[in-house]
Amino acid sequence: MNTLAYPSGKHIIKQFLAARIQFIASLPDIVTSSGLLWPISHHKELELIRICKEDEGVSICAAMSYNDTRAVLLMQQTGLMDSLNAIRALAMDYQLPVVMMVGLQGKEPEPKPEESNVYGVRIIPSVLNAMSVPYSLIQEPDDVFEIKDIIDACYRNSRPHVFLVGRTPLA
Amino acid sequence: MIPRDQALIRMGGFIADEDIVVAVYQTLFDWMEIKPRVLNYVATGAMGQASSHGLGLALANPERKVFVFDGDGSLLMNLGALATIGEASPTNLFHFVFANGTYEVNGEHPIPGGKTIEFEKIAQACGYRQTFKVSSLVKLEKLLPDLFTKKGPTFVALKIEPGKQYPWRYDFIHSPEARENFRRALTGKP
Repeated sequence: MNTLAYPSGKHIIKQFLAARIQFIASLPDIVTSSGLLWPISHHKELELIRICKEDEGVSICAAMSYNDTRAVLLMQQTGLMDSLNAIRALAMDYQLPVVMMVGLQGKEPEPKPEESNVYGVRIIPSVLNAMSVPYSLIQEPDDVFEIKDIIDACYRNSRPHVFLVGRTPLA
Repeated sequence: MIPRDQALIRMGGFIADEDIVVAVYQTLFDWMEIKPRVLNYVATGAMGQASSHGLGLALANPERKVFVFDGDGSLLMNLGALATIGEASPTNLFHFVFANGTYEVNGEHPIPGGKTIEFEKIAQACGYRQTFKVSSLVKLEKLLPDLFTKKGPTFVALKIEPGKQYPWRYDFIHSPEARENFRRALTGKP
């Protein structure tokens, strides 16, 4: 019997709106596709920017931040890995508030990312630690309720954040 | 071929104080000397990203015109951005590629496809509303007066050669001061 609880995509979107997020830049990620990205694509208060490569999204979010236009980059961990130089430059060297939400494709529902059997998942916290990029885990239903405050702090302090999505959000 | 500094001098006459200019590499260094202004966005951080910064700025500042002065090597590194921009379709974005066929500030090595790629055709296929290729200063002078009166996204491929070259100011473009100056100018907040 499956007793796992899953985070709610609806609640994540509410947290985005409460944090004054206007734009979502995204490449589809199977972890967040049905519970988050499809609902966002139909949402009237969020504007979806479909990008071709994830580092585009890093730059779009960074550029928007100059007049406090708020955005989230939604992607898979493979896209995070592909965007490390842009994150290094814009989020870390330049200290811009780039907010990223990253589906951990291939991760098992139970363990923490660093305990995953999947190499491409297991290394993500270590990579972020090596770059000093702040991150937190969205795995249990209650984890979503910190999203608004973290995003507000990112823009207030001009710092990036990565939300690692460790369990598929339900629509 | 158009001397780059001459192209920038001509284009500078059509850029208003409230417009944003995103430029890269030698074009940026030349532009900063030819047209120093607070709404020059100099901090693109990673190579190839100018057009994506331009898109973000255009969407977040719909009341302003946003000009991107890209390089051909830079654009090749982020070619998908043309499709992203075509899809998002910001009417206030004007994207110029200064095509010289080389990675100029990295030793002038040739770019792949530098003699054959037609960027304006790719941009057109990606959904830009207006696309042009310009190879002479006379033709650029004819094009410019009407170019910015029409809705973008607009793409112009300029076949350029080096003109007068200005010093590389990497320390400034990566400085907190450059970003803060831009932020203040954009928001009007101290």
